[in-house]
Amino acid sequence: MSVFRMIFKNTLRHPLRNFLTMLGIAVAVSAFGLLRTVLTSWDAAIEVAAVDRLVTRDAVSFIFPMPLAYAEKIEKVKGIETLCFFNWFQGVYKDKQNFFPRMAVQPDRVFSVYPEYILSPTELEAFEKERKACVIGESIAQQFNLKLGDQMTIEGDIYPGNWDFIIRGIYKRRDEKVDGTQMFFHWDYLNERMNQVAPGRANQIGWIVAKLSPGANPAAVADEIDNQFKNSSTETKSETERSFNQSFFESYSAIFTAIRIVSVLIIGIILLVLGNTMIMSTRERTQEYAMLKTLGFSGQNLISFIAGESILLSFIGAMIGIVLLYLLVQVVSAVVPKQFFPVFFIAPSTYIITFSAAVALGFLAALQPVMTTLKTRIVDGLRFIG
Amino acid sequence: MASMNGAIIQVNNVKKSYYRASIEIPVLRNISLAVPDGEFLALMGPSGSGKTTLLNLVAGIDRPDAGEVNVGGINIAALGESELAQWRSRHVGFIFQFYNLLPVLTAYENVELPLLLTKLPKKEKKEHVEFAMNLVGLSDRKENRPSQLSGGQQQRVAIARAIVTDPTIIVADEPTGDLDKISAAEVMMLLNRLNTEFKKTIVMVTHDQRAAEKAHKVLHLDKGDLEPEVRS
Repeated sequence: MSVFRMIFKNTLRHPLRNFLTMLGIAVAVSAFGLLRTVLTSWDAAIEVAAVDRLVTRDAVSFIFPMPLAYAEKIEKVKGIETLCFFNWFQGVYKDKQNFFPRMAVQPDRVFSVYPEYILSPTELEAFEKERKACVIGESIAQQFNLKLGDQMTIEGDIYPGNWDFIIRGIYKRRDEKVDGTQMFFHWDYLNERMNQVAPGRANQIGWIVAKLSPGANPAAVADEIDNQFKNSSTETKSETERSFNQSFFESYSAIFTAIRIVSVLIIGIILLVLGNTMIMSTRERTQEYAMLKTLGFSGQNLISFIAGESILLSFIGAMIGIVLLYLLVQVVSAVVPKQFFPVFFIAPSTYIITFSAAVALGFLAALQPVMTTLKTRIVDGLRFIG
Repeated sequence: MASMNGAIIQVNNVKKSYYRASIEIPVLRNISLAVPDGEFLALMGPSGSGKTTLLNLVAGIDRPDAGEVNVGGINIAALGESELAQWRSRHVGFIFQFYNLLPVLTAYENVELPLLLTKLPKKEKKEHVEFAMNLVGLSDRKENRPSQLSGGQQQRVAIARAIVTDPTIIVADEPTGDLDKISAAEVMMLLNRLNTEFKKTIVMVTHDQRAAEKAHKVLHLDKGDLEPEVRS
């Protein structure tokens, strides 16, 4: 018999109680992991944003358009390698619930500016050639069971009318942090229709994403762009894509803080659940621990027995919790609208933090029972009636 | 083990009191006692007379307020906690009234328990356990848990656990106190055999006159004082 076998046998002593404890830990671990996944998935949107891309938009608000001519002027600024302009199209695909970002773009440039969206040369060529062609992300293709050659009709809202598209490309993501839910189509297609039905809205662009040349100073380039349009009717604001995303997400900081607080509370719940079980177990075994001390088992031996059991419980609970977390994330990823979480995946750090926290809590939960057991005199322990 | 004046256990002027709500309750008053090697000593007395306290002092699981407890030439009252724990694991075998077996372990594992503290090879551990289980006549119940054994059998497992490390002394606190007459007789025969055949020094606390009759010597404690009664 080994010390581990003894720990294992003690863990099986109250199967129902310990099963419920492990289940409690598992649920708490999966909840903690899920909240962390929410945070890391939001963070991923910031992290994936490049620092060598500048976003230029109307200085007042993102929703106001800029003249098309701005793109030509910005392209001439030193330090810019290439750029692509965008218009937010929105619209409804079959149902309002089916949200995913839809944007009018320059088809020959968008994939140079965003190399993390991987499109095969054949598909790119087909996309560029056809006015009504569009490219969708692999996540959208999977979600709506769409394939190359399929027709998509989008009902416009910002840009009214029915808009027909043919899928000529399905882009792949460079890694799991990259958003696979975008739809791109020809800006010319949008502009032509606007020329016909609402000429006042033609030749306008939403924002410009410029890829910087290697070694270019983003702040200096941004200043130069914005200075060009200073005191004009449409002033601009340029910033790196990362700071653009950061400022966008800052508006949700209260939600993030709340999620972080709840995560800490969940850690506390794990500690209470496990601590309660360990306190009950060691109290019931007061006589046994006194007997073990009588036989010559040292304080260190008793710490091994008690902390070992507590860590084993939290270890198994954490393992079950991580399996639950994996399943939960699959479910959440499938059912939660993509506008909230374009990417939703469990970061490796979440596995490590969740698992380490659970095991560390296993040790912490054993502290009080260990201290009580060590302090109890043998003669008192042997006389103890639980 | 070396003995002083032929006595393996030498208790000198030991005092022990307990405190209840800061009121001192003397339990042992200036007790002195010598137990020769190979002795089978029974301590008797009414409840609260201090016999279990004296046994605990001799076994090194409690400390005197004053005086010395020498076992095998070592003043155990002067040892630190971890040294004392080590000393107990090597030199003392314990038998409790309520057996104090671990319910999750089999009889074999319960007997093996004290050997976890030794560095004996696995094979030798097995030999020790099997010898002890044979000695108490339970080699066919090795895989049974305590709940599957009778009270007498559980006490025999406890005796096997007490002797598996081949201790210098065996201390037994009311070993027949929870047993029926037949089981009690079996347990006493076993203790007697350990004393006569294996020359183990045994100190036993008992209320049971029949159990005490198996001892070589019976000492009576009353209100913390010792009254000797020697029997041949």
